[in-house]
Amino acid sequence: MDLTVGPNAFFWTAEAVRDFYRGLAEAPVARVVIGEWVCSKRLAFWQDEIPGAIETLQAAGKEVALTTLALITLKRERRQTADLAAMGLPVEVNDLSALPHIPEGTPFWVGPMVNVYNEGTLDWLARRGATRICLPPELPLASIARLARAGAEAGVAVEVWGHGRAPLAISGRCYHARLHDRAKDSCQFVCAEDPDGRDVDTLDGTPFLTVNGVQTLGRAVTTVAGQIDDLRAAGVAALRLSPQTGGFPAVTRAYAAALAGDPADLPATLARLMPDAQFADGFVAGRPGADRLAMRGPG
Amino acid sequence: MMELVCPAGTPAALRAAVDAGAHAVYCGFADETNARNFPGLNFSRDEMAEGIAHAHARGAKVLVAINTFPRAGDQQIWHRAVNDAAGAGADAVILADIGLLAHAAERHPGLRLHLSVQAAAANPDAINLYAGAFGVRRVVLPRVLTVAEIAAINREVEVETEVFVFGGLCVMAEGRCSLSSYATGLSPNMNGVCSPASHVAYADTGAGPEARLGGFLIHRTPRGAPVPYPTLCKGCFRSGDQTGHIFEDPVSLDATQLIPALQKAGVRALKIEGRQRSRAYVAQVVRTFRAAVEAAERGAPMPEGLLSKLTEGQAATTGAYAKTWR
Repeated sequence: MDLTVGPNAFFWTAEAVRDFYRGLAEAPVARVVIGEWVCSKRLAFWQDEIPGAIETLQAAGKEVALTTLALITLKRERRQTADLAAMGLPVEVNDLSALPHIPEGTPFWVGPMVNVYNEGTLDWLARRGATRICLPPELPLASIARLARAGAEAGVAVEVWGHGRAPLAISGRCYHARLHDRAKDSCQFVCAEDPDGRDVDTLDGTPFLTVNGVQTLGRAVTTVAGQIDDLRAAGVAALRLSPQTGGFPAVTRAYAAALAGDPADLPATLARLMPDAQFADGFVAGRPGADRLAMRGPG
Repeated sequence: MMELVCPAGTPAALRAAVDAGAHAVYCGFADETNARNFPGLNFSRDEMAEGIAHAHARGAKVLVAINTFPRAGDQQIWHRAVNDAAGAGADAVILADIGLLAHAAERHPGLRLHLSVQAAAANPDAINLYAGAFGVRRVVLPRVLTVAEIAAINREVEVETEVFVFGGLCVMAEGRCSLSSYATGLSPNMNGVCSPASHVAYADTGAGPEARLGGFLIHRTPRGAPVPYPTLCKGCFRSGDQTGHIFEDPVSLDATQLIPALQKAGVRALKIEGRQRSRAYVAQVVRTFRAAVEAAERGAPMPEGLLSKLTEGQAATTGAYAKTWR
């Protein structure tokens, strides 16, 4: 089992993006997916960083793929998707409408925003050229195990959402803009104010969700830290770690150490690295995703 | 005339919809294979056959929704549902999952396939993919598009499109939302339920009547005011110094006034949400919308405000059809 770093969900400055991928070059991860997968309006502000980041990561021996948007509706977004497929790197499909742009026989990856819930879907995607699939975060271990077996037979590496706020929904509406009494078209890029997303609490003060433009994520950091042995036994090929601000290379090192040795210490290590975080691990356990079972972090 | 596709959660609602003028009804089997898997709803195999016979005798079609995502290891449950719908004479099945579409296209080549809104095919590339790969004949469009975008899609696709005009309103792209399973462990995709009643708790605390979902407070209202059902994305939350309906107000969709524009945009069929509704509700809504599509066909104005009493919380929206909603 190894580690994949997923695309950054949030809107960071070009400088923050540059620093992040420079820092990642030394991190013990096998591969990195890069690109904008939440809102196409953000891309112009940081896309010039992408070629340099790819070069840095590849020079450090990492496999790099380019993500599509998770929700493609505009003509401009469709053209961008077609351009991605022509760049010569693997494309990670996060909206199925990217598939027609990928020539038959060209290998591609599938991201967590594509609904792969069963063997029939996995087999169809494998026949179409999928070589790596990150499963939807809400899947329980029983389904993950079935799909990992089907993946092994079909030549598809199966990944699970390993660490990070879980992507729960994508919308036509921008909630960040709505919170500022603006419409999406006049958003003035307010999501840049919240580089890990904007907190949403219940009325009685329970931390609940995170809004990130058109995306909604869990407030807790979903982690499989306490479930690594189960996932390894199930045949999962990789854990996906989702970018966050603050100490991300250390987080990747903690997971890598757990995969290389004894994962028992990982929950405590994460709690130390992220003292303010609330952790959740219910999805893999077949429980509400917000539940916390094996993890015993603070908060 | 645009086809009016109406909800039937029960055999009684099916008969009510057909008798009120539905061109087609949609319904599902009483299990996890459809996205309205609620207690007391949906059809046994015998009821489905009888419902189809009733509709066909009156010139109406029956579309069977098998639109959850089959569970790994249990795909045969969903395969059997497609097989039984075909055997009962369904006019089409409404599917969302790629694996299930591939199965249906291969095993039931004569069966008409509609793409469920749960597949959230939001652009011509996606729609043409489903049409080309599986022979899908109609696509139910996700509720993230404006009327202008729908018109543009129809210029680029060969298949029919169907859109929602009335009833409950998903704020998120359908079939791509795990909010419910985050709070309750049960999701539309896996279990055919959203914000399920089994996980709802109402209480009256010192702070006022409240509704919770999976333990999370979703609504708290002033004393004396009704507490809305705690559908997660319509809840009242706090973010920073703001308190309110962060995602959507407790509104429902009413696109009656947009019917002529949707017709002009090339939409083939109009869908009414509400398989969980009573047959009296269904009959009233169907009658009203049948009159509206007939008026649209004549170029006459749309009836106004007839359905306001039937919308949730008395408030209605045209949702994503208007660009400012975003």
